[in-house]
Amino acid sequence: MQYKTNKLSSVIEWGTLLSTTLIVCFFLIVIIWEIVSKGASSLSWEFISKVPSEGMTKGGILTPIIGTVLLTLITALFAIPFGVCCAIYLNEYAENNWLTRTIRAAIRNLSGVPSIIYGLFGLALFVQALQFGTSLIAAGLTLGLLSLPYIITTTEEALKRIPNSTREAALAVGATKFETIKDVVLPSAMSGILTGVVLTLSRAAGETAPILFTGAAFYINGSTGYINQEFMALPYHLYMLSTQHQSIDQVRPIAYGTALVLVIVVFLLNLTAFYIRYKYRKNEN
Amino acid sequence: MRYRTRILIDKLFKGIFKTTGFLVLALLGGIFAMLVYNSVSFFLDIKPLDFITGMEWAPTAKVPKYGMLPLIISTTFVTLGAMIIAIPLGIGTAAFISEYAGKRLKNILKPAIEMLAAIPSVVIGFLGIVVVSPGIANMADLPNGLNALNGAILLAIMALPTIITVAEDAIHAVPNAYKEASYGVGATKWQTLRKVIIPAAAPGIIAAVMLGVGRAIGETMTVLMATGNASLIPSGMFDSVKTMTATIAIEMGEVPYQTTHYYALYAIATVLFFMTLFANLVGEFFINRFRKYHAV
Amino acid sequence: MKTKLSAENLNISFGDKQVLKNINVSFAEKEITALIGPSGCGKSTLLRSFNRMHDLSPDAHINGILRLEDLDLYAKNVPVTEIRKRIGMVFQKANPFPKSIYENIAYGLKINNLPHDKEVIQKALEEAYLWDEVKNDLKMPATRLSGGQQQRLCIARAVALRPEVILMDEPCSALDPVSTLKIEELIKHLKKKYTIVIVTHNMQQAQRIADKTVFMYLGEVKEEGITSDIFNHPKNEMTSNYINGHFG
Repeated sequence: MQYKTNKLSSVIEWGTLLSTTLIVCFFLIVIIWEIVSKGASSLSWEFISKVPSEGMTKGGILTPIIGTVLLTLITALFAIPFGVCCAIYLNEYAENNWLTRTIRAAIRNLSGVPSIIYGLFGLALFVQALQFGTSLIAAGLTLGLLSLPYIITTTEEALKRIPNSTREAALAVGATKFETIKDVVLPSAMSGILTGVVLTLSRAAGETAPILFTGAAFYINGSTGYINQEFMALPYHLYMLSTQHQSIDQVRPIAYGTALVLVIVVFLLNLTAFYIRYKYRKNEN
Repeated sequence: MRYRTRILIDKLFKGIFKTTGFLVLALLGGIFAMLVYNSVSFFLDIKPLDFITGMEWAPTAKVPKYGMLPLIISTTFVTLGAMIIAIPLGIGTAAFISEYAGKRLKNILKPAIEMLAAIPSVVIGFLGIVVVSPGIANMADLPNGLNALNGAILLAIMALPTIITVAEDAIHAVPNAYKEASYGVGATKWQTLRKVIIPAAAPGIIAAVMLGVGRAIGETMTVLMATGNASLIPSGMFDSVKTMTATIAIEMGEVPYQTTHYYALYAIATVLFFMTLFANLVGEFFINRFRKYHAV
Repeated sequence: MKTKLSAENLNISFGDKQVLKNINVSFAEKEITALIGPSGCGKSTLLRSFNRMHDLSPDAHINGILRLEDLDLYAKNVPVTEIRKRIGMVFQKANPFPKSIYENIAYGLKINNLPHDKEVIQKALEEAYLWDEVKNDLKMPATRLSGGQQQRLCIARAVALRPEVILMDEPCSALDPVSTLKIEELIKHLKKKYTIVIVTHNMQQAQRIADKTVFMYLGEVKEEGITSDIFNHPKNEMTSNYINGHFG
């Protein structure tokens, strides 16, 4: 009898924890199902190769796709060199003193700053102080700043995994410290760095709040892609279609299609990162 | 290359690397300076106490009111609601993944959590409009479901991956010896989990929750899209709310440059900055405690 | 016999911890000298001070004079990369670059502006008894070699630069007995051209290959001399206890 109640209660306990897990999975499934089932019908070659037309009630989403690609490119061009250099400084050069500890604390702090505050900072620094205006470059740099702490942290982690004996090997044949880093340390850490970079960029590509005031436009007619002009971007396009457009119900299918494309872009970037990580782990063994 | 050139390059790059380190400090300093500078401009017009305790946010009224209490309460409402949903689900899932799930199930669940984390907030906000809102409206018989509850559900989904990942690390790090000792005296798996594992992992779990709180307070797009944005003091979860982040997002685009209203938004951002900073510092404090504890 | 490498009144400390105390020692040209002693006695620290590997640790303090023949190794105007070119090093655990076998040898030559054509690479590999095993796989990543092969590759990498001295920090400690014997044979052969200083935990190894042996204990040199004398007639009681396995 005692044994039976024990067995019963342990089944209930197991069931409780299982159900919490199932609810979390249910969230994910609902999100994906909703986006895929309702977005798939909008998805076509035309949808991704045509610019929006007739007040965005017709046509495709080529303009926001181009905008997001260029935006992510600027983010990458700014944040990768900056972040990797900073991680190299912290892991390879910095001594363990108060200054280094302050820099590390600043990085942890920066990664917790809400993205909308990065938006305000981008507005104050790039749009106003540096007079870039609301533009692709201002928004890209803002997203670059937002991405910095993640790139620094993941790069430093990748550098930490390189054993000191690898560095000593290069130094012992007469390499300078910089040559050691450039020729041996960075190539060894490359896959780890790439994984972090791609994950960070997938995050940046989906961000909306930082580009609200720094350059994202409701609608761009005609040619796009000028670095000093406003742009359309997938996440902002989705936000706008679902809350700001004058005929929200009419554009709903386009909104679903945009959401699906955005999710596909983000998942593809994530898959790339996982693939790099997987291949690297396999090579390691 | 000649030796002197090589040394020169070596020194040059050391300088470059070091500079980037300092630039990171400058970035945080810059953000801080921007917030302080603009907030000071605001507080020259409005008394800080009136700002924090003012019951009305109506910056575009004939007699503008800059009381941010409704915004703080809105943010608190939505965040609290999100945590009420996310904490049990997050800890339960973390415990399940760490203690019950087999290796194959783990290999499905962990990527699933990472997928959930990867979904952009604007997409979650969109689903708030098209799925959660009609659902709430139906169930509670309301004209629409854009309210605090909707925001709370969405923020819970956004905070869940953070909570699950950090809590799972914490639970996983509890030494096996503790568990074995507990099983050794005849405790069941559940008793062991509740009486041994969860208490041992408590600092890590608190850290997970605090990081989730930081994430929820600072989240913009989901609440902007799904909470209805009425800047009144809410009286329940079915009321429409306007959080601090949403206020900045909505009003920054329309406000004239360098007006009191413009500065007011920076003042909100400053409060927001310190709220998230506090949540993250508490989280970090507990993570460090947890690490120290288990490093022994 | 001519002195190749020497330390005078050498003191090394890391932070507050003094690791080497007033070391006076010299190593003769084209001989193998073994540094023996219990773990933590400072033998690796001494070895690494000759090619300035401690330059990497900001808290290392080095006092005293180290010389390669007449050259003061720590003089301001002496380029550290030049020192490391002339004093090669082989480490405890094989640490090939994550590059091809060929590139592993060529890298040091390239950065030091030395010729790095195939003949030079082949010669270095031959000298390290590795050529026959890898001559068809020069493009293969070095990490795919076995542990013993990797260590011989590291020796080839050091030899390729034509150093005058090769420092070896327990080069066989991670290897199986067969690979160990192969490397010992190689070391004895290298003695014809290079001065070799080897740190070892393995007393049999010291007796098999070393001409001279230096016994260190707690950061000091307790005894030094011809290997057979040290092992058969130790003068210091500590040495005798150590080589008879009473501690270490």
